[in-house]
Amino acid sequence: MSSKGKLENFKKRMQPTIKETKFVLKRIRDSPLSIAGIMIVLYNLIIALFAPVLAPPKLYDAYLIPRDPSLGYTYIPNPPSLGHLFGTTSLQVDLYYGCIWGTRFAFKLGVEVIAVTLLIGLVLGMLAGYYGGLIGELIMRFTDVILAFPGLILAMAFVAALSRVPGWTTINAVMLSIILIGWPGYTRLVRGEVLRVKTEDYVEAAKASGASDARVMLRHILPNSIYSVIIVASLDFGGIVLTAAALSFLGLGSPPGYADWGRLIYDAIPFAATGTQYWWTYTFPGIFIVLFVLGWNLLGDALRDVLDPLYRRK
Amino acid sequence: MEKQGSEENLIQIKDLYLNFYTYDGVVKALDGVTLNLKKGEILGVVGETGCGKSVTSLSTLSIVVPPGRIEKGEIEFNIKGKTYDLLSFKDATMRRVRGQYISMIFQEPRSALNPVYTVGDQIAEVFFHHRREEIINAAIAQLKKDLEKSSRLKSWIRKYELSLYGKMLKNPKALSLTLALKIPIVKRFQNRMKKEARELVIEMLKLLNIPDPARVVDMYPHELSGGMAQRAVIAMALSCNPLMLIADEPTTNLDVTVQAQILLLIKELQKKFGSSILYVTHDLGVVAEICDTVAVMYAGNVVETADVIGLFKKPLHPYTQALLESIPRPGERFVSISGTVPSLISPPTGCRFNDRCRYTLEMCPNVKPQLVEAEKDHFVACHLYNEGK
Amino acid sequence: MEALMSIEDLKKYYPVLSGVFKKKVAEVKAVDKVSFDIYKGECFGVVGESGCGKTTLGKTIIRLLNPDGGHVFYKTPRELVEGIKYLKREDPKSRALKHLLKKYDLAYLTGARLKRFRRFMQIVYQDPTTSLDPRMLLKDIVAEPLVAQGLARGSQVIERVTGALEKVGLSEKHLYRYPHEFSGGQRQRIAVARAIVSNPEFIVLDEPTSSVDVSVRAQLLNLFQDLQKDLGLTYMFISHDLSVVECISNRVAVMYLGKVVERAETEGLYKNPLHPYTQALFASIPVPDPTRRRIRAPLSGEVPSPVNPPSGCRFHPRCPIAMELCRREEPPLLDVGREHYVACFAVTK
Repeated sequence: MSSKGKLENFKKRMQPTIKETKFVLKRIRDSPLSIAGIMIVLYNLIIALFAPVLAPPKLYDAYLIPRDPSLGYTYIPNPPSLGHLFGTTSLQVDLYYGCIWGTRFAFKLGVEVIAVTLLIGLVLGMLAGYYGGLIGELIMRFTDVILAFPGLILAMAFVAALSRVPGWTTINAVMLSIILIGWPGYTRLVRGEVLRVKTEDYVEAAKASGASDARVMLRHILPNSIYSVIIVASLDFGGIVLTAAALSFLGLGSPPGYADWGRLIYDAIPFAATGTQYWWTYTFPGIFIVLFVLGWNLLGDALRDVLDPLYRRK
Repeated sequence: MEKQGSEENLIQIKDLYLNFYTYDGVVKALDGVTLNLKKGEILGVVGETGCGKSVTSLSTLSIVVPPGRIEKGEIEFNIKGKTYDLLSFKDATMRRVRGQYISMIFQEPRSALNPVYTVGDQIAEVFFHHRREEIINAAIAQLKKDLEKSSRLKSWIRKYELSLYGKMLKNPKALSLTLALKIPIVKRFQNRMKKEARELVIEMLKLLNIPDPARVVDMYPHELSGGMAQRAVIAMALSCNPLMLIADEPTTNLDVTVQAQILLLIKELQKKFGSSILYVTHDLGVVAEICDTVAVMYAGNVVETADVIGLFKKPLHPYTQALLESIPRPGERFVSISGTVPSLISPPTGCRFNDRCRYTLEMCPNVKPQLVEAEKDHFVACHLYNEGK
Repeated sequence: MEALMSIEDLKKYYPVLSGVFKKKVAEVKAVDKVSFDIYKGECFGVVGESGCGKTTLGKTIIRLLNPDGGHVFYKTPRELVEGIKYLKREDPKSRALKHLLKKYDLAYLTGARLKRFRRFMQIVYQDPTTSLDPRMLLKDIVAEPLVAQGLARGSQVIERVTGALEKVGLSEKHLYRYPHEFSGGQRQRIAVARAIVSNPEFIVLDEPTSSVDVSVRAQLLNLFQDLQKDLGLTYMFISHDLSVVECISNRVAVMYLGKVVERAETEGLYKNPLHPYTQALFASIPVPDPTRRRIRAPLSGEVPSPVNPPSGCRFHPRCPIAMELCRREEPPLLDVGREHYVACFAVTK
């Protein structure tokens, strides 16, 4: 086939996708909250991407907040000033740097955790839903066990246990813990969708065409069951960051001086008790957290509003 | 179109236009639909998917859901010598009409029934809504009888119940009544009323040839078979003796033998109650079996209206002719209608059947044909029959 | 006439589980010892009402469902079928029997061998909206049998897909579209294209025209007949629409509650139905001729639940001519002349 022919084919192939995209964009344009959500997430994304430009790293690990030698290691935080836009928190940790790189850290955390959780959820959920029987029962009972525990408490236990593993940083422990408490939810969700799609005629038709189990699962069931999972994942993004912040807030998360919003708030605890005297220590990280989670929640809602009619149009 | 004497007609749909506002555009679903339903007759509305027959029946009851909107037209309803335009009715008035004057039964009986309530409860609900006084009076009568042969204590209780029922009739918003309805043991006085309603329901079910009605009354919809569920729906629809029944493909999902039973039942009930029926279907066999008059619809227009024998013997509109020809006959090749139904978003100007018609004339693509009386009581919307005029 | 398929005593039961330990308390006998032959090149019609098992029968024959008993002999000469039945009676454990079954019985196939047979047997479903994957392009939907079984590669796939589409009246410009962009009739054609792309010999048509409009129905039926002639296909046409079956089938079997009650050549069956159920069925069809109105409901009651079928002849509770014998014994399917088989004591005695 000539290259021109290939281009034609590509354009033809993309036609329906282009139509779908136009439809999606229109739906988004019609909903102000969706636009707000997308704007906020984009804003956070830009900050995260341009973190090295906005707040140049100075130490070996970019996520470690550099200190201003002129201020030393005093305990009392300094209010916002020209050199330190958001002020400093205890031990003169620069809040501006912390918040900017905290955004990047939040994305890194979210993406890694969601990726792994989704993968586990999809694989286990698909197996449990498609094959059922003993495998399905085993997987489901396993998820039941984990879901029986209150999430945050279990995560705390995991972090506490995993940080003792030699060579592991607390960050890795935090990520793994959130993955461990998150995968059962996705597994159940995927399994439910798979059970629904499994009984559709086109799945049976694929089997009649000689499709192997793997082909049926990957080519037919997966694309048709993935919508709800995507929506939940986007809503969860904010939740994951919030959980990590909560763990840091309890002292189980990032080490001192790390650019993590939760850590910064943890550092601000003693100062918050005194009222609004050291307002900058908790307000700035707080605003960043709120905006981040809000943006992702709105985006998740927007996705659901958009994908639902798309679903139904078919 | 020549108008018939309006005393004969129960419903006259005049020039109804209806649009659906969708993302893909404006779907001009009904393009000037005109229909007449005479008193006491069964009018069959035939057409294929998308011709607008279901939407027409929904408009009669004003239950068209957005994005659908009625643009123009009138639906005249003649009762007791007076004529009303149903489309001009407010919601509250329409609610009194539905169920009492005009009822509707749908294609899938089990989705017309609420799965969490028993069949008896649902039919009784219709009774409570429209025949409330009848039930309360029956309860009162029963109470009075019991009052005579009861002891001192019981008669005191019964007198209290009597007063409550009396309030229900005359002063439903009375405080003592509202309180009584809320207090746990006291509110059991309603049981009498419910018992009366239950008797009415059982009688209704017997009328519909449902075997063992006393047991069926307490069954849930999912426990009933398709045919039984459809009978229950018909019971609900006929419980208040409406003047008109709209049936939207009620037997399409049923087995052939069950369909025969239901058709026979509908015919018998129609004779007994004298209701007029608007029967929507795509099955020409059903039309031939039970309808008196037939209206054929295509792409949002009524293209032909005639009495059933005349329509089958001498179909005038090319579409009707093609429909009758496409009925499969053994030994012959299947005859289909070439082409497809036009898009209603950008419908063709002129006759909507033009590009599939075998007799097109010069004016067909440009001028929309109106319904004219080509023969006695036989109306066609086709330019072939305008020629003489 | 050579038989393409010989179905012998085919059974498909569904267990009804109850209780905490999911014990089998009853069985739904969806298909209960059904036997008939399907000849090469014919259109074999199967009619019946809901719950009679016709769809289950079709799916079991092409092994979308696994039979619980009986045989589906494929391209097996009659003598061999008789020989196998003899062996089964006399020496059920013989290795010769096992060998023969492995070779000829579709019900015996498993795994990779079964997969290789799939290209010869295809199915067209009733509802084209649910039988096509809404997230797949047409070209992938129709190509699936080829790709899944490795029958073609690369440009060959596109060629064969385009060929199949053209045979059903579509064209290559439809390749890159999604199913929802097409009308119901066109979608059904896509399903037919998918069924013929692997050059099958036998196609089960499961109520293929029930979900489409009357005017489109005729187009589809003509398509089926043309394809049968062009490609030498054999059909099993399942439907509850008796008038359509009359026009397209060579022979027809009538099913009731999992059993075949009557089977004959089409003309013979429709002119002279012998079984009381068949007679009632034909009498219930509304005739599109208002001068021949005869609203009768010849059959009262409903089809009983297949979980607890009536004893003896399954039709006896609703049968107008039921005798005492009918309640006790099941009538066998017997030839009453000219290949017209009936399972009814009143007729065969």
